[in-house]
Amino acid sequence: MTGEREYSAPGDEIETRKPVTVSRYRGITRLNHWVTAFTMIGLILSGMALFHPSLYFLTGLFGGGPTTRWLHPLMGILLVLSFLLLFLQMWRLNLPRREDAEWLANIKEVVKGEEENLPELGKYNAGQKFVFWGMSGLIVVMIVTGVMIWEQYFPGLVSIPVRRVAVAVHALAAVAAVLIFIVHVYAAIWTRGTIRAMTRGTVTGGWAYRHHRKWLRELAGRRKADPAE
Amino acid sequence: MTTERAPQPTTAMANPPVQPLASNLLPGDVVRASAMRDLPAPERQLTKVAKLIDVSRCIGCKACQSACIEWNDTHPEVEENVGVYENPHDLTPDMFTLMRFTEYENPETNEFEWLIRKDGCMHCEDPGCLTACPAPGAIVQYSNGIVDFISDNCIGCGYCVAGCPFNIPRIHKTAHVSKKCTLCSDRVAVGQGPACAKACPTQAIVFGTKDEMIAHAEMRIEDLKERGYENAGLYDPQGVGGTHVMYVLHHADKPSLYADLPDDPKISAVVKGWKGAAKDVGLAAMGLAAVGAMAHGALARANEVSAHDDAEAQEMVAHAAGRLTVEEEAARPPEGAP
Repeated sequence: MTGEREYSAPGDEIETRKPVTVSRYRGITRLNHWVTAFTMIGLILSGMALFHPSLYFLTGLFGGGPTTRWLHPLMGILLVLSFLLLFLQMWRLNLPRREDAEWLANIKEVVKGEEENLPELGKYNAGQKFVFWGMSGLIVVMIVTGVMIWEQYFPGLVSIPVRRVAVAVHALAAVAAVLIFIVHVYAAIWTRGTIRAMTRGTVTGGWAYRHHRKWLRELAGRRKADPAE
Repeated sequence: MTTERAPQPTTAMANPPVQPLASNLLPGDVVRASAMRDLPAPERQLTKVAKLIDVSRCIGCKACQSACIEWNDTHPEVEENVGVYENPHDLTPDMFTLMRFTEYENPETNEFEWLIRKDGCMHCEDPGCLTACPAPGAIVQYSNGIVDFISDNCIGCGYCVAGCPFNIPRIHKTAHVSKKCTLCSDRVAVGQGPACAKACPTQAIVFGTKDEMIAHAEMRIEDLKERGYENAGLYDPQGVGGTHVMYVLHHADKPSLYADLPDDPKISAVVKGWKGAAKDVGLAAMGLAAVGAMAHGALARANEVSAHDDAEAQEMVAHAAGRLTVEEEAARPPEGAP
């Protein structure tokens, strides 16, 4: 191996050289991501059903109101476990760096899709880091408040005044999480060539050069990992 | 089956009619239902009813509890005696009403007073449980003021517990539905007063139209004042729009003396915010974000990788590969090899 990884995670490597494709997420990470994603979608649909009367019909997807009521918290537990595994794999590369401030200061260029004048970035940009830390924080808030209002197993865990606050905070955190979810999904669609990182696991060299140049540079400078790694 | 509707009961004292009568509490009498905004206008306005509990006349016999258990066919667990008079220890999914005993040493008279309050659903005019409930039609309010839980629609989430200012609803552990006093809506429907009022041996519990109950309470309060309870009064808290279960208290200036009866109950501002602005603003924000994203996706130029980016990447990787030793390069498998 040549040198420490600063901008990349284990498993990130140049997959093919002509044309260049870069391995961004290993199979296990992709599986982990999609378990998290489908659990999150289930949580959003079941949670929305209990959040607003006009969406109560969504309980039909889960087999009715009572089933939705007991299923939602169980999905929540699954999400926390699944997300925790993602968190452990990704937190280091999501720590803020100096170039993030410059990237954020030029967010207009980002939105216009003109990345030429932006600083070179590692595996994640400030937007992705915001999604990562925002989701992480909100999931902690939702699991803590969720347990507090989990009638079936923790009916007397907190006093009723605390429970009122918990149920309101849980709803607000969920709204924020849905907004971040939308940002996450939309950014992946708008930035063409991104989705394949989570399906096939690879991105094109051009994609890596355009959006995460420091990451690509580091990988290009490394030898291809030998199978023993 | 008879089609003659039962008369509205105006007292729990009279014996019930003996001829078969049809229910007089109909779906069309629902004025409010949980998680349902556009309810059809009620077909008629029933006379508002109320139960009046005169704490000063209560002897703590628990006949009301027995009558409640019997009428509702609940089976509260037999518990251990732990040295207090409350039995069971609290309201439960199988015990809709509970005598709460408070030992009070009045600092003004140095007299010991035994305050016994029959606890249970207050049937608020503005019910917090109904406000909090997410399941359409699980909690309804009839035009006579009775707030009822419809178990078929209940999902057992416990939001009503957070909504209630009086700490009344209890979630059944096996049926997974919320339970509380119904004000014997099923008896009222066929012209009878509530079971507890019927059973009370001292008529500390009386039932009738709300107006009559207020008038009756005034008589009782006057009597109590003559006997030295100058703060005697009616507990019909306006913070929840008044209630359809009211108390006559000898110390109406200090309701909390009576086993923490709230002094000024109202639906918590947190619950109102959660079920009011947060719900609609939250839904609007999520909807706008989703629609906005779709519009941007349809109208705006996507962020595409250019041929220039590809070429630069090629260059970067090739340049780095150039630093490999000849042996290493030779050992590298050809492109596209499995």
